[in-house]
Amino acid sequence: MSLKVVIPTPLRKHTGGAEIVEVEAGTLKEVLDRLDNKFPGIRNSVCDDSGGLRRFINVYVDGEDVRFLQNLSTPAKDGSEVAIVPAISGGVR
Amino acid sequence: MAVNKALEFKLEAVGCASTGNLANSVAAQAAAAGIASYILIPESLERSKITATQIYGARVIAVRGNYDDVNRLCAQIAERHPWGFVNVNLRPFYAEGSKTMGFEIAEQLGWRAPTSIIVPMAGGALLSKIHKGLGELERVGLLKEPVKTKLYGAQAVGCNPIVDAVRRKSIDIRPVKPNTIAKSLAIGNPADGYYASGFIQSTGGWADDATDPEISEGISLLAETQGIYTETAGGVSIAVLKKLVDQGHIDRRGITVVAITGNGLKTPEAVALNTPDAIDAKIEAFERLVEGVAHVA
Repeated sequence: MSLKVVIPTPLRKHTGGAEIVEVEAGTLKEVLDRLDNKFPGIRNSVCDDSGGLRRFINVYVDGEDVRFLQNLSTPAKDGSEVAIVPAISGGVR
Repeated sequence: MAVNKALEFKLEAVGCASTGNLANSVAAQAAAAGIASYILIPESLERSKITATQIYGARVIAVRGNYDDVNRLCAQIAERHPWGFVNVNLRPFYAEGSKTMGFEIAEQLGWRAPTSIIVPMAGGALLSKIHKGLGELERVGLLKEPVKTKLYGAQAVGCNPIVDAVRRKSIDIRPVKPNTIAKSLAIGNPADGYYASGFIQSTGGWADDATDPEISEGISLLAETQGIYTETAGGVSIAVLKKLVDQGHIDRRGITVVAITGNGLKTPEAVALNTPDAIDAKIEAFERLVEGVAHVA
């Protein structure tokens, strides 16, 4: 299934500046696998060492936060849009 | 502070994702600074808060969805337009502005940090920044004693992801879908929840939540006992204060500060009051009405 991934500015260093990347995948995990194949290293910016999504990274499939869906197992339909959006927080030190 | 930085950076406009109160202040500050403002809010926001934003000439955009949807959209807009969203791409400066509430608390207590502070939590930033503000005053030697303030967080039952983390003794936030009359606190995915939960636990504080009826009672209790009319977030703080005192969390001998962060006229629908008695303009009518209530000398 072909879907569109929206890459935020801080991660475009991995994609050669591309904002939108098309990948073939059936789940969010497969999306990240394909992305990392195309752009090695991008997964480390999105996932932690245990393989889960990083604390300050939000991922949406068709506008819904995947934590309300099935996290990395969230299925993606043909034409789905996956948006990676860093959470902006901090400034406490 | 964030608006000043926007001017310094020569940005075309400022904006924010807001549950209402930030919307009011960003719109007002932008008007005073002579810069355009774009304010994005959840569509269901109270009418009074929208009026109190539009009045400053701000472009208010209601987004179909909750605050978390609005916040995501703002993060994406900020990538495309040369605008400063105070709680997105200007957030470090906005955070420094929030910190000054910690300064004001200590200053008004004669340069002392209180024993306890109860803070309403939406994104969790205010609690974290009050902690930072007090810590900085101590570091520069302006406080008479070291800071031992315990931080307490207050949320609505219908949107309590930070309270939930504190109860689990965790700093991991599990997002929720908000459903509460406290719309100013209705952030289901709190960006600074991780920090707020951490500071509550590291200072020896606690967190609790209030139901919608308890929030309304909190608003009335503050008004009837202190003469202060607050919006729903203040009702949450007061309702949680009562719980924390009843539970023995708050040291009654110490100084407790409760953050009341909004004016009640913004959420008049949160309390149900009786229609006033109407009488003819005759003294007999008045006497009949107050008979048995007022003493006439």
